[in-house]
Amino acid sequence: MAIKLDTVGSAEDAGQGRVAPRILETRDHSVEIVSDSGEGAQKCGQIFGSVSAKMGNGVWTVEIIPAEVEPPPRSLAGASGIRIRLGDRPVTNWGDETDLVVAFNEQVLLGRHRLNSLKQGATIVLENMWASHPDEAVRNQWQAAMEELTEAGYHIIGVPMEDLCLTVVDNARKGKNMFALGLLCWIFDRDVDKAKEQIEHAFRKKSQAVVDKNHELLDLGYEWASQNLGFRVQVPTMEAERDMVVMNGNEAIALGAVAAGMELAAMYPITPATSVSHHLGEIFERFGGVLHQAEDEIAAAGVAIGASYAGRCAFTITSGPGLALKTEFLGLAVMTEIPLVLVDVQRGGPSTGLPTKVEQSDLLAAMFGQPGDAPKIILAPATIEECFHSMITARRLAEIFRTVVVVLSDANLATGVAPFHRPELLPEWQGGPPDQSAVPNDGRPYDWDERTGLSDRFIPGRPGGMHTVTGLAHDERSKVAYDSAINERSSAMRSRKLAAFSSTLLPPPVYGDPEGDLLVVGWGSTKGAIEEAVDRVREEGLNVSSLHLTFLSPLPPGLKEIFSRFRKVMTVEINYSDKPGEPFVNEQNRRRGQLSFVLRGTTLVDVDCWTRVLGEPLRPSAIVKAIKENLPEGTAGEES
Amino acid sequence: MSCSLFHLAEAEDDRVFEMSDYQGPVARWCSGCGDHSVLTSVQRILTDSQAKPESTVFVSGIGCSSRFPHYLTTYGFHGIHGRALTLATGVKLSRPELDVWVVMGDGDCVSIGAGHWIHAVRYNVDMVALMLDNNIYGLTKKQTSPTTPQGYKSNTQPYGSYLPAMNPLEATLGVTNASFVAQTAEWLPAHLFATLKAAHEHRGFAWVRILQRCPHFTADMYGDVVKDPSRVEMLVHDDGITVPALDKIIEHRVTHDPKDIHRARELAEESEQIRLGLFYRDESRPRYEQTRSLPHHTADEKMAIMQQEFDRYAV
Repeated sequence: MAIKLDTVGSAEDAGQGRVAPRILETRDHSVEIVSDSGEGAQKCGQIFGSVSAKMGNGVWTVEIIPAEVEPPPRSLAGASGIRIRLGDRPVTNWGDETDLVVAFNEQVLLGRHRLNSLKQGATIVLENMWASHPDEAVRNQWQAAMEELTEAGYHIIGVPMEDLCLTVVDNARKGKNMFALGLLCWIFDRDVDKAKEQIEHAFRKKSQAVVDKNHELLDLGYEWASQNLGFRVQVPTMEAERDMVVMNGNEAIALGAVAAGMELAAMYPITPATSVSHHLGEIFERFGGVLHQAEDEIAAAGVAIGASYAGRCAFTITSGPGLALKTEFLGLAVMTEIPLVLVDVQRGGPSTGLPTKVEQSDLLAAMFGQPGDAPKIILAPATIEECFHSMITARRLAEIFRTVVVVLSDANLATGVAPFHRPELLPEWQGGPPDQSAVPNDGRPYDWDERTGLSDRFIPGRPGGMHTVTGLAHDERSKVAYDSAINERSSAMRSRKLAAFSSTLLPPPVYGDPEGDLLVVGWGSTKGAIEEAVDRVREEGLNVSSLHLTFLSPLPPGLKEIFSRFRKVMTVEINYSDKPGEPFVNEQNRRRGQLSFVLRGTTLVDVDCWTRVLGEPLRPSAIVKAIKENLPEGTAGEES
Repeated sequence: MSCSLFHLAEAEDDRVFEMSDYQGPVARWCSGCGDHSVLTSVQRILTDSQAKPESTVFVSGIGCSSRFPHYLTTYGFHGIHGRALTLATGVKLSRPELDVWVVMGDGDCVSIGAGHWIHAVRYNVDMVALMLDNNIYGLTKKQTSPTTPQGYKSNTQPYGSYLPAMNPLEATLGVTNASFVAQTAEWLPAHLFATLKAAHEHRGFAWVRILQRCPHFTADMYGDVVKDPSRVEMLVHDDGITVPALDKIIEHRVTHDPKDIHRARELAEESEQIRLGLFYRDESRPRYEQTRSLPHHTADEKMAIMQQEFDRYAV
């Protein structure tokens, strides 16, 4: 079968000069750049996303990361890249399928196709050097791939990237990404000067010669596109009413930690949490902060707790397997009432699971992971902006309530990049100096307030406050309890703190009408996709609303009352649940989504769930489908 | 937040501390337990050095010996099994002006916490780390520990311990950046005191193994050695630990310069005699908390730097 590629200087163009490109106007457009690892597709996409944000588009980018550092080249599972979704309004999630792909080889492209990542009829700009590769096996692979992709109905445009890049650099593998950026800048009419500024920033640690080469490649791609491509895409931009910043969720956590006045971060490398420490490693010392890379996950928790015990504000960063290892220390921090912020950037589990992929599977582990009763505060940022602010909130709560605060981020937020309003930084976030005043006579280190369970801490250095904190059950003086009534009372005091905190929270706002047929409840990074799905089905006339929970422990008040105004309540989560109708699964033994499990237990409402663990963020279209399939019986407009 | 604020309380301090100022409730260890003599030695050293009780922190793990901080009137952190060194590292990293001691048992230090032990030696954070080694798990009622001698019967290995005992001295001396390694014994209080004093004066991670008997489960462990001082060999040197009171009692002596790491490693090997003394000391070794000592900024200064950071992300 002959493969027909749209080209590149077709006869029509060559003979008659350049015809004006067709312009596609759209409010929402997704682009993917995919390559082998090490070809820099992510850098290309990050710069493209930043420039787009600077020009006033809503932007969300998400990285496509293979599990290995350098998977075999030209492999289906080795696709390394990035998706950038552009909008004419703030973009809150990665969307559905991709409209436009720039691919550096046909195999990684095929991998994306087979994962159903590409929209029907999507436009593909593809490196075509493989078609005439000297190795017959490669040519055959190309041929087979082209047949499959053509069959799928994509609009494929071949580009001689290798040959063109070799006119500028010796190793085209190190140049195609900036060439691709040039292509995209032309297609989307991006400001080339802004792109060049971003290149300078991205390569700030490299020589000027490297920057110049990359500028040249950008110009080359731009020029080539302007001469050869027959289409452009126009996504209207917004006027920014306030200063904006653009970063990913892990950068936001690192900056949030600094803004919160954190003084010590202890961690052990683990994907996808580690890059928080990369950002901290770069900036923390400027603020006098210490980033401690410990010998293991347990030690990281121990060092953070030790520092916090000594009066410094400290936190630890991890992911699922690390959370498991830190479990005993979390119990100790709860028991000794030492403030500790733990950031868990969730990934797929259990065990090593899906290290680079998103899941929301650590909620119950965070909540109940410790043997014994270990009440702690759990909050989940829903956006990259919230990643920043959650650190400030977490620090305050940890210190006021003398307990562990777990911040549940995830791989979607960690690598997602979106612009948000530049925060107005407040010096009071930094907190005051540790109290070193003498403890009044007969002061007690756990002088629990009977109503709230709160007490003041005596940190080392305070004269007269000497005592030994212990993980053993203890009384107000921190003396080891040999009386069972003390254990009952001290357990109550630690638990009371959560009830007291819960009483300060407001019922969460309902997105959409306050009553209706179905309420979708979510937490964490799924907020944008859920609300987009709710918007779509409401436009179709369905009475569906959503509710997003920031605090998972304690839960905010009023949930039962909110739920009562809907005929059905259903969580949407990225964790595993049994599907109704599966073999042996019935209403009693069905294992449900984690938030659903918690909400059923706390509200006694029959909260259903729809969850998936596909190793990718939820697509709004998938949620739309789930909503329609899960409407309560008798709903107006219900699909039969 | 200025570090100097931590020192405000130290201004014009003319307090004089007696030994009773460091004592806590009566220790609940068994009578005859070596932990009592370690506690007494430590209280003497605190008194001699006039350590401020509020600036002194004892961190421990889990086990009989880890009840140690409860019996002192200083700040204490009775943590979890094997992890005392990590907590202590956090304390000292964040508050270098505090005087930090760590008390561990053999299970704590060289079994469940072995990873932290090795790394703590390398970090060389300025603290005293005591391994109270009675060769058995006592609190949990006689289970084999890594230092239980081969063939010694316990509840978990009732036909005798299967493997040769671990030699923690050799292991410690093998770790890069070790800066103070000593061994002493609870039944020689003068040596114990002198060793702990030298450890306390050391700038860096001072690791001391204290040979002990558990009166319940390993009472016979060093029986012959206690009765027969010729089974002990003292490491002596002008730069080492000198205990004149023992000169007449312990006749076996080997001169060892504590700067000599190679000789230290040889002397640490198993031998007929139990060797006590200072195996190695090097105060020139880099200390982790010094490499991480950073200037402190006011909140306003930090805000100004934050703005610069945000500029990098500005759209």
